[in-house]
Amino acid sequence: MKLDDLNTFHLDVFKEIGNIGAGNAATALANLIGKKIGMDVPQAGVVALEDLITLVGNEEDEIICIHQAVSGPAPCGIMFILAEKSAVYLADILLTNQSVADSQFDELEESLFLEVGNILSGSFLSAFSQVTNLVFNLSVPVLARDMLGAVLSSALLESGYYADKVLVVETRFFDATRSIKSHFFILPELEALDKILNGLGINI
Amino acid sequence: MINQHQIIVEDIKVGISEWKASTAPHRLITLGLGSCVGIVLFDSFNRVGGLSHIMLPNSNQFKNNGKKGKFPDTAIPLLVEDMVKLGARRSAIKAKIAGGAKMFSSVGTSFTNNIGERNVEQTRKVLSDMGIPLLAADVGGNKGRTIIFDTQEGIVWIRTLGNHTYEL
Repeated sequence: MKLDDLNTFHLDVFKEIGNIGAGNAATALANLIGKKIGMDVPQAGVVALEDLITLVGNEEDEIICIHQAVSGPAPCGIMFILAEKSAVYLADILLTNQSVADSQFDELEESLFLEVGNILSGSFLSAFSQVTNLVFNLSVPVLARDMLGAVLSSALLESGYYADKVLVVETRFFDATRSIKSHFFILPELEALDKILNGLGINI
Repeated sequence: MINQHQIIVEDIKVGISEWKASTAPHRLITLGLGSCVGIVLFDSFNRVGGLSHIMLPNSNQFKNNGKKGKFPDTAIPLLVEDMVKLGARRSAIKAKIAGGAKMFSSVGTSFTNNIGERNVEQTRKVLSDMGIPLLAADVGGNKGRTIIFDTQEGIVWIRTLGNHTYEL
């Protein structure tokens, strides 16, 4: 299957996967920080890299991105993106005994965000795995904190997405005061499309 | 009094895998280069500038290559052509490049493509093959970069996170 072959029905299926998986991930985040986490209805679409950046913000916005490659029969990329302010806020909650007043992220905070990313990806995939009967293996997470455009383009290129467009399933997480604004992206690779749809009992 | 001859300086944005040429006094800008490379070309005699934002090292090595602006070997010759159309002399064109960073600390992970490094390598090669002198390069490292090229003054500014700006 090619990206061009995806119709609205297929995209709705990916949206639903996003809904189930991200619901699980949102619960994990809520448990982690002891606050209610809301999420928008997931979006699924075939987009160019520029549009992926626009979904989050402006090219020069400061963000933190945790990326994880997923291997197995249906390889994907997972990205958790936090606005800089949200990241500081999140670190404040999770490191209650530490001062994170300035935005200088040291090793401790970096490993904290890697772990948060890991937990969210893990909860997403466990739901994803249950509905598709596919096995997913998560790689070690990597992190970058810099301009949105620089980080997102590099994440895609470094993990081997070279085509003009990608299939993306996007969910936004936020807390009641909108102090946490984040984006959760799943990018199934081309070879994963058939496997995922078949796994759900959809014949292509 | 408004000067009747005042020319409005435009900011021309060059997106990912795009290239654009312009005459002075406009500014060519590309935002948030990570592993991508921005190539500034300038004919300072005729004041014609160009900027290209490439993503991948080589058009031969990638399937589904699509857009010509993605690769230095296809983008740079097209940019030179556009500049010549605006009055640039091929032999007067000189280059400055920036980008090719490694944004993710990726020890022991699947990020082993070294895309940034290879982008810089191939960009240098294309420039040298075309006989375009490379005057300056701000490449590698782990910082995202924005390029602001002032075709009036012929100055290339690099901006990194937190509004740190320096001349290239």
